[in-house]
Amino acid sequence: MLRGLFATLFLAAHPAFAERAPLEIPITYITQARDAAITLSNLDPVPEDLGLAGAQVALGDNLTTGKFLGHSYSLEVMRIELNGDPVAAADTALATAQVLVLDLPADQLLEIADLPDAKSAILFNANAGDSVLRDAECRANLLHTAPSNAMRADAVIQFARSKRWDNLALISGPNPIDTTFAEALHKSAAKFGMNISATQTWDIDADMRRNAAQEVPLLTQVLGDYDLLLVADETDDFARYIPYNTWRARPVAGSAGLMPVAWSRVVEQWGAAQLQSRFLDHAGRDMRAGDYGAWAAVRSIGEAVTRTNSADVTVLRNFLLSESFELAGFKGRPLSFRAWNGQLRQPIPLVTPRAVVAQAPLPGYLHQHSEMDTLGLDRPESKCEAFK
Amino acid sequence: MTLKSLFTSVALIPLATFSQAAEVWVTNEKDDTISVIDIDTLEVTRTIETGERPRGITFSKDYSRVYICASDSDTVQVMDPETGKVLYDLPSGEDPEQFVLHPDDRHLYIANEDDAITTVVDTQTRTVVAQIDVGIEPEGMAVSPDGKIAITTSETTNMAHWIDTETQELFANTLVDSRPRHAEFTAQGGELWVSAEIGGTVSIFDVASQTEKGKIRFDVKGVHPDRVQPVGFEFTEDEKTAFVALGPSNHVAVVNAKTYEVEDYILVGRRVWHMAFSPDKSQLFTTNGVSGDVTVIDVAKRDPIKTIKVGRFPWGAAVRP
Repeated sequence: MLRGLFATLFLAAHPAFAERAPLEIPITYITQARDAAITLSNLDPVPEDLGLAGAQVALGDNLTTGKFLGHSYSLEVMRIELNGDPVAAADTALATAQVLVLDLPADQLLEIADLPDAKSAILFNANAGDSVLRDAECRANLLHTAPSNAMRADAVIQFARSKRWDNLALISGPNPIDTTFAEALHKSAAKFGMNISATQTWDIDADMRRNAAQEVPLLTQVLGDYDLLLVADETDDFARYIPYNTWRARPVAGSAGLMPVAWSRVVEQWGAAQLQSRFLDHAGRDMRAGDYGAWAAVRSIGEAVTRTNSADVTVLRNFLLSESFELAGFKGRPLSFRAWNGQLRQPIPLVTPRAVVAQAPLPGYLHQHSEMDTLGLDRPESKCEAFK
Repeated sequence: MTLKSLFTSVALIPLATFSQAAEVWVTNEKDDTISVIDIDTLEVTRTIETGERPRGITFSKDYSRVYICASDSDTVQVMDPETGKVLYDLPSGEDPEQFVLHPDDRHLYIANEDDAITTVVDTQTRTVVAQIDVGIEPEGMAVSPDGKIAITTSETTNMAHWIDTETQELFANTLVDSRPRHAEFTAQGGELWVSAEIGGTVSIFDVASQTEKGKIRFDVKGVHPDRVQPVGFEFTEDEKTAFVALGPSNHVAVVNAKTYEVEDYILVGRRVWHMAFSPDKSQLFTTNGVSGDVTVIDVAKRDPIKTIKVGRFPWGAAVRP
């Protein structure tokens, strides 16, 4: 202990470590236990620390940088029980922390953003893909590090279009989260001049592990002919049983087959291998899309504090939304926030379980500001007013 | 066979034994090999097996040894360049990515990418002399010409860490733009240059005060600025010019090292990483990671003259005169 104390004193006095005034940046991470989704397969349980582990790895990154600058970060974790009230928890948290990283559904994000004490805070939506949060229901204090459903849908549709798979079919699950993604796919198809010629809703309650080979051909036979079958199954219920069981020999994309994701273990280019191994060391499992949003949120704050040498949330927010902000997000391009709706611009890897097939934006999709703005709601079409 | 040609052949034999053509050694990150390019013929003459994921490569002063960062084998391999045999491994710390040989020809400063550490190894006693805590994902390594300062740049912390080689401790940390990849001192030692891949810049520091005195930005016609990502770079002998690899923009920039202005862009292979000059500095060899080849540039004309296929994902390059 004595030795540790001396080391600390030495570090503090050392000119290399005391160039700037010490700053404290408390961050609170809020998540809520969810009803375990009933899925056909129980091969892939959702990790307990999904999301949180990403925030923790980013905290470690921030602390390492911070120690050279006199910046200190802390991460308080609030895990709300199934019947608990995350909005009340956020209200309590705001008394001590002005930076919240939220792994919560859209309606609760909005309630928290509208709390009086949240007015000047920085809230990060680390997981919810609902496009409406980036559109008419945007909030000036709510930034989104999770990609929107629109961005993920655009990634798939760009890919289909570049392959000239112009005729699409869609199977959607019955849950609201499935239909939200299905809607995003419809909008995206229209945006890129594609046609979803047939749609089906998943309403089979058989146990697919035994009879997918009998059920799925019948379901997909009625879709007629198409080039690519899209699947919207955001709860990971049935999609895994679609590929190879379709009536026609056609590729599958969306929630199975070729998947548009914020992150996956197969992302390894652009220095990503280092982040993957840092994450694996910390969490003992592979990094997932749900972890990436929380990682990007905590790293964004770290980057803003490093560059501004400030812990003032107004200074940080202005910097995050400025042209000067860029996050090295291990996806080959500097990431930044869209100043009109708070969405983090980011490439979307299109992956299979074992490889990155492509990364959107795909070559040829040009944009006057950033090619990444070909994914998701662009400024002219966004109905977000809060950032003006 | 004429008498004349017979004489020529006879005369050439002893020459061939004594003088060997200069070579460029290229590490192939995903093949676990080195491709050796003959500078006279511009062809690959040897492919040598290494440890896993070879990246950084450098020769000892007398070129009797070649040091190779075998990142995924967690070691620095020491090879006899004549035979291509690995003589022994040096303790290097985990995941050595890049290193630099101190002017004393004895100490290697190694960036341990996964551990946020710089390891100093004595190549004679084969022991670790010091380990220095630096930022996340250290990569770029440089030593000042007088040997007094070593630099580690950290990719996620976005800093250049200044190490006093006497005490093996940090004496300054300076912020640079996002994802610094490579650092070099000018030969006179007055300047330190640091490239930032995601920031898209090269920062120039005054060594005496460790303050930034200039910044170079790049603008490749027809390439989105996001894809212009400076990584490795080298100075010409007279230090009037720097060649800067710009990653996925597939170009090398030619920079006036006095005015910091970009004078030219040279098209090379895909995702250009690092480079090495021929001994007479008339040619420059760039490693092109994605296209798996090396571009040979005529330095005077600033033109690419040949593409040489090497292994998968070529990364580091070093010249053997």
